[in-house]
Amino acid sequence: MLIDAIRLVFVNGIFDASASSELPAEIVRFSQASADQQKIIKQHLGSVIEGDKHLFSGLNNAWVDEGVLIHLKAGQELTKPVYLVQVSQGAVAHAINHRLLVVLEKNSRAEIIEHFMSTEEKQSHFVNAVTEMVLQDNACLQHYNLHLEGEQQQHIGAVHVNLGRGSQFRAFTLALGSQLMRVDYQCHHRGEGAELNLQGIYLPRNQQLVDYHTNIQHWVPHCTSNEIFRGIISDQAKAVFNGRIHIHPQAQKTLAELSNKNLLTSNKAEINTKPELEIYADDVKCAHGATVSQLNANALYYLQSRGVLRADAQVMMSFGFINELLQAVEQEAVRQYLSPKLAKLFGRDPVLDEVES
Amino acid sequence: MLSITNLHAKVEDKDILKGLNLKVNPGEIHAIMGPNGSGKSTLGYVLSGRDGYEVTQGSVEFAGKNLLDLEIEERAHEGLFLAFQYPVEIPGVSNMEFLKASVDAKRKHLGLPELSAIEFMKLARESSKRVNLDAAFLKRGVNEGFSGGEKKRNEIMQMMLLEPKLCILDETDSGLDIDALQVVAKGVNEMRSPDRSFIVVTHYQRLLDFIVPDFVHVLSGGRIIKTGGKELALELEQKGYGWLEEAV
Ligand SMILES: Nc1ncnc2c1ncn2[C@@H]1O[C@H](COP(=O)(O)OP(=O)(O)O)[C@@H](O)[C@H]1O
Ligand SMILES: [Mg+2]
Repeated sequence: MLIDAIRLVFVNGIFDASASSELPAEIVRFSQASADQQKIIKQHLGSVIEGDKHLFSGLNNAWVDEGVLIHLKAGQELTKPVYLVQVSQGAVAHAINHRLLVVLEKNSRAEIIEHFMSTEEKQSHFVNAVTEMVLQDNACLQHYNLHLEGEQQQHIGAVHVNLGRGSQFRAFTLALGSQLMRVDYQCHHRGEGAELNLQGIYLPRNQQLVDYHTNIQHWVPHCTSNEIFRGIISDQAKAVFNGRIHIHPQAQKTLAELSNKNLLTSNKAEINTKPELEIYADDVKCAHGATVSQLNANALYYLQSRGVLRADAQVMMSFGFINELLQAVEQEAVRQYLSPKLAKLFGRDPVLDEVES
Repeated sequence: MLSITNLHAKVEDKDILKGLNLKVNPGEIHAIMGPNGSGKSTLGYVLSGRDGYEVTQGSVEFAGKNLLDLEIEERAHEGLFLAFQYPVEIPGVSNMEFLKASVDAKRKHLGLPELSAIEFMKLARESSKRVNLDAAFLKRGVNEGFSGGEKKRNEIMQMMLLEPKLCILDETDSGLDIDALQVVAKGVNEMRSPDRSFIVVTHYQRLLDFIVPDFVHVLSGGRIIKTGGKELALELEQKGYGWLEEAV
């Protein structure tokens, strides 16, 4: 990805200093942490949800020897985005642990991109990634979580977020499928007025699997969450989307929306979508919906009536289905990186987009 | 150019076209008028090959071919163009991408190479200017959030880019203000040529002041019940359709 950022590169889980940037004082590997930073790590690591309560983070805890801390003090703002790349390399299977702890104190701001990639299709590494983020009052975090790993890869990942009063968490995630690709989001609104915006795209093909579980917990009044996931499931692939929003009795005046739309492009593709709203407060506004659809017949006809071959029209419309979310990605470097890659996946010529923008 | 003989068609088991005959020669402009629900849009859909519109009797010859044997996109490649009464919105598919795919498909059919992105962009910008549509609309999703008039102008732009042999305009003038109406009329008149024909479906004489037809037909109950010259449109405007339907 072409981006002017503070870059941290890990190859099979090992930090690659030569490929990484000079790290500013706010970013440190656990092994290099000062006494003060160690205190922060001890205080917050596993604090969002207790380690053993979450299967995947527990697994990661037992082995945790390395990780990255990003800690911003009150009012601080990083001048550049932080770009963490986790590269899987080589034919020999590795177990890779990735651990990121982000602590944003009051009024601080950051943008963080986590990018998981494979150098080859055939890699069958096992990746266990846990990201924990603590946003204190009015902190603001833009987070990208990108999974473009090989088809044989197994990845289980978790993103745990604690939202303080008036804080904002804006997140985008994308996953191509692999043998096992599971990503869990847990987000707790713990301070009034906190805002969550989460958008996701999943695109399993062949015999791949993508499994997203999101669990949003509203504990206090006046918070919002807006969650949109779209998936295209092709061939014999399978996707699971399990989106839960839990509104606790104190969380009056909550605004929560969850939408999950799926497009099946083959009759052997499978989607299991389960949006769940649990509401224990009476004065809230919530909406959720899940749809599974085929391509819109009217739109197909319209394209064909202009001479576009049916097969090409199907490709254009499939891409269009996720392109709406892709175009809404705020970080231009991420958009520029993903657009041609996904276009290629859908057999489109990305040149036109490039010239246009 | 187009020869429709005894065409019967049904939608969801409802007979809509009931023995329609129409012959359009190269260079002619035919206006079709008629009450709501008489089958005007159905005719356009049947000719363009829309799913669910089943021809039960009759034949259609277009440019020397049996039109009804062709796939939807083949009909377009042969030069048939339908400007929709209700153009479809396709969010996520950019107008530019859509237009280029249409033009490239047509070029491929003619054995011509695809246009480069730059060449096409230039062409598209020129066309959008011709229909008074800001170039920003090229970047938006196909018809996404366009006003009624903008959708219709987008249809005319597609017609210009595709240079069809036969253009069917289905109520392209409905909901247009006078300026937009003139843009549409100007587009059509610029495209008039001895080997291009038009079928203009409209309710209003005012469009026919700008696009002067060679023939005016009245479609009612799935058939053409009267044909005349351009003065018939004026008569219809004054008298409505009642006197004709009673006579049938
Ligand atoms: N998909 C459909 N299913 C059932 N009836 C239809 C359908 N489409 C059109 N019709 C009916 O066919 C008739 C002709 O419609 P249409 O061709 O749209 O008329 P016009 O364009 O002349 O107003 C109407 O009675 C309409 O209700
Ligand atoms: Mg109509």
